[in-house]
Amino acid sequence: MIRKTPLNEIHKKLGARMIEFVGWEMPVQYSGVIEEHNAVRGKAGLFDVSHMGEIQIRGRDALAFVQKITCNDASKLTVGKVQYSALVYPQGTFVDDILVYRISDDEFMLCVNAANTNKDYEWIRNHLNGSVEAVNRSTEYSQIAIQGPLAQEILSSFVNADLTSIGYYRFAMGKVGKWDAIISRTGYTGEDGFEIYSSPESAPDIWNMLYEAGTPKGLKAAGLAARDTLRLEAKMALYGNDIDDTTTVLEADLMFILKMEKGNFIGREALQKQMNEGIKRKLVGFEVTGKGIARHGYQAYAGDRKVGMVTSGTFAPYLQKSIGLIYLPLEMTAVGMEFEIDIRGKRTKAIVVPTPFYKRKK
Amino acid sequence: MAMKHESYRFTEEHEWVSVKGGMGIVGITDYAQKQLGDIVYVELPEVGRMVEKGKEIGSIESVKAVADIYSPVTGEVLLVNEALQSAPDLLNRDPYGEGWIAKISLADPGEISSLMDLTSYEKFVEEEAKK
Repeated sequence: MIRKTPLNEIHKKLGARMIEFVGWEMPVQYSGVIEEHNAVRGKAGLFDVSHMGEIQIRGRDALAFVQKITCNDASKLTVGKVQYSALVYPQGTFVDDILVYRISDDEFMLCVNAANTNKDYEWIRNHLNGSVEAVNRSTEYSQIAIQGPLAQEILSSFVNADLTSIGYYRFAMGKVGKWDAIISRTGYTGEDGFEIYSSPESAPDIWNMLYEAGTPKGLKAAGLAARDTLRLEAKMALYGNDIDDTTTVLEADLMFILKMEKGNFIGREALQKQMNEGIKRKLVGFEVTGKGIARHGYQAYAGDRKVGMVTSGTFAPYLQKSIGLIYLPLEMTAVGMEFEIDIRGKRTKAIVVPTPFYKRKK
Repeated sequence: MAMKHESYRFTEEHEWVSVKGGMGIVGITDYAQKQLGDIVYVELPEVGRMVEKGKEIGSIESVKAVADIYSPVTGEVLLVNEALQSAPDLLNRDPYGEGWIAKISLADPGEISSLMDLTSYEKFVEEEAKK
């Protein structure tokens, strides 16, 4: 059965085009991808991300357990901090990429991809040990993201906490309007912004508050399509496209979430081995220098040799370029390396470029 | 807008053709441009190329999708809308006017009668939308 978020009716009233996305009926776009994308870059955008999953880990051994199942160093998380991390299989590949919130000394919240929620929960439960329990809280939270340079200004009038004191990748427990919420300075767009976790019944009120206050300032409701182009410009990996259970943390070029010195964790051995032996391929960003858009699944060539497959590709609305991500053999991953992509039967030139493609000015 | 294309004929692939002096002006419908969303590239057919009814003559890329353009008629490409190269969003803004794609000579004017008229096309789109 297709699931609906608490904001389903609101999306339809706003004229969103709805699609099925990993079992959820979600808005793919409202006014148009380019308009929504550029609103987030220039002003603000409002996203319904209630389909994301939330898994609570709590108990005396919660920290030790989170350390065991994730590759980043959760001991660095003081209460109120958030960390990008991953659940890793013993072979070093991704169960999922996740956000880890330290709620209290003995409680963590993992924000996981919608498509992976059940798989992750199952994986976590199968590895429980010590004095710790895991609870899937996904149905108890809605999640609204407000992203863009005006996000703080718009949100601040509804919040009892001082948002300026919430640094990047930190969160506060507070109220948005009359509703209890976790207000987290995180996002998936490359912009400053907040993700608000609150009860499903609070979601329509919070959405409407922000939408009404933000619209005169240029805020737009933004759908999955803009979310995808924004995250790609910021080179944020998408599970199922850029990373999955066949790609390792090292190949995905996510060294910054890999903390070998923290001690043992699931996947460590395989990743250590891969580190010692060296990886054979790596995820890199490219620009299409010829005409056309290289999309997910298109094949890349060096001469007659097939060298890789585009994992994500789009027209980047802010940069006005055709960009993408691809796994290439290591010797081809240096910035400036040229290759060809088969765009619907035509070989088109592409070049490896530095990432992120887009970085906001501080 | 509706008045403007009452005499147009339509394909199941959402192209339109308007006949003027033995020549068919070809474009995509408003429904098609809405389905595609923001259009960012258009690949036009070459002038002088012989095209067949129902065969691919170019493509349209939007941010999220790509679609082939199929010729609604058989004939020779006489002219293409070069403005689409620098302003592909003309297809979003004015699909029945400034967003025209190509002008094609009509090798067989009788082909036109096999295409849908506006009323049939509107019914067809309604059915599509339900799917």
